[in-house]
Amino acid sequence: MINNTITTSYPDYWKKPPFIKRSWLRWTIIIGSILYLIAALLSMDINIQRVLEGIPRGQRFIESFFPPNFSDNRGVVWEGILESVWMAIISTVAGIALSIPIGLGAARNLAPLWIYMTCRFIIAASRTFPEIILAIFAVKLFGFGPFAGFIALSLGTIGFFAKLLAEDIENSSPAQAEAVKATGANWFQWINYAIQPQVMPRMIGLSVYRLDINFRESAVVGIVGGGGIGATLNTAFSRYEFDTAAAILFVIIAIVMVLEYASGHLRKWVQ
Amino acid sequence: MLELENLTKKYNTGDLALQGIDLEIPNGQVLALIGPSGAGKSTLIRCINRLVEPTNGSAILNKVNLTKLSSRALRKSRRKMGMIFQEYALVERLTVMENVLSGRLGYVGFWKSFFRKFPKKDMNEAFRLLDRVGLLEMADKRADELSGGQRQRVGICRALIQDPDLLLVDEPTASLDPKTSRQIMRLINELCQERGLTAIINIHDVLLAQMFSQRIVGLALGKIVYDGNPEGLTPEVLTKIYGEEDWSATIEKVEDEDEEM
Repeated sequence: MINNTITTSYPDYWKKPPFIKRSWLRWTIIIGSILYLIAALLSMDINIQRVLEGIPRGQRFIESFFPPNFSDNRGVVWEGILESVWMAIISTVAGIALSIPIGLGAARNLAPLWIYMTCRFIIAASRTFPEIILAIFAVKLFGFGPFAGFIALSLGTIGFFAKLLAEDIENSSPAQAEAVKATGANWFQWINYAIQPQVMPRMIGLSVYRLDINFRESAVVGIVGGGGIGATLNTAFSRYEFDTAAAILFVIIAIVMVLEYASGHLRKWVQ
Repeated sequence: MLELENLTKKYNTGDLALQGIDLEIPNGQVLALIGPSGAGKSTLIRCINRLVEPTNGSAILNKVNLTKLSSRALRKSRRKMGMIFQEYALVERLTVMENVLSGRLGYVGFWKSFFRKFPKKDMNEAFRLLDRVGLLEMADKRADELSGGQRQRVGICRALIQDPDLLLVDEPTASLDPKTSRQIMRLINELCQERGLTAIINIHDVLLAQMFSQRIVGLALGKIVYDGNPEGLTPEVLTKIYGEEDWSATIEKVEDEDEEM
């Protein structure tokens, strides 16, 4: 039994210790951040006059989108959509195929240091350049058209997929990995039996997500000459066919929504 | 015969986990390794199959010096050392059957294992073992659908299908309730008798160690402080292994009531 007679007095109030212990540092960071935000906002130089003038212009712009023209007498919209869809699919497949060895190499618990560093460098390089920059390079190298777009999106996929694969592998259970290793399995069997089952559900979900991203990005790379729906969209804008442009945007939104829905379902199913 | 000679492990952090362990285990002996957390029990068995690389000394299994092996030869030798883990360490998203068959990975080629096309003999043995531990109808279940005791039995099957000479068992009952713990320990013990297996069993529970082993080795701070039969665990010995405590309740001889598996 605990002796209940109180001989010492205890404080009746407790406060959670602050995250940053040194109070001068804490206050410097808080006040500094607030001052910086105020200064940044002020230096933006917002001209109310121009905003007010812009609003009716924007209204007219949006109005010219309606009604969207799905009739599209030249058939270019569907052609563009189909091109974007296959561009997204093959660049996702190719990108993931390239990502798997790089992702395995970029997981510190699988690879020796020099392979790890090399693979991490490839990932960092791929992540440094957004798809649009990669597309500009690819168009310069291979000329206009969907092939340039395919190259750009595949390279973009590596930075995304390999990084997340590597991180998922690093977070996998070491006990399961150890158990399979202890049976005398070779490296490939070890990956297949101990690592793959652990990372597979997340990778399937991410594949569909990346397909979704690649489809959306295909609209962007098209604008710089990478083919697909982006090229069609760009043409529509430069011809002032805003109703056709609106139709294209709606189709893109619809496809993205379908992919979103599908990926959600797929993820639940593979768990 | 397993011989450990001056087996030493120093971790990069500077911790001397094993300080020159010398131990000889004849074939067919079931040995329980007891000691407080951090005494080096897990390190000791992992230095034998080299999941942890020993810093010094050697482990010799049936005349093969395991510490000197190339990585290819090590994989070949690991096939002869079955391991049973704390927390089971089953691959949770694989089926029970795949987990059992993974014990054969060292014997089949990559593509055969990739397509789950194991030899008929292996499949047959897997079913036989699952039936032996009472899990035949669970073969197609995913490992994470099983209870703790069932998972550990799958872990036992995975180790036994390797057709091992030596069983390395790391805290097999650490996450099981007392009744399941006894059942698992009895099962391991029976299987060792049936197959004449040598086994090293790391275990926290002194009573279980006494009930189910022929020899007890006490480890403290990386050194052997007791090596003898289960009856020799006196309060003085336990104090030497674990430190000062009232041991009178622990060493009381318990009757092993006959439970159903």
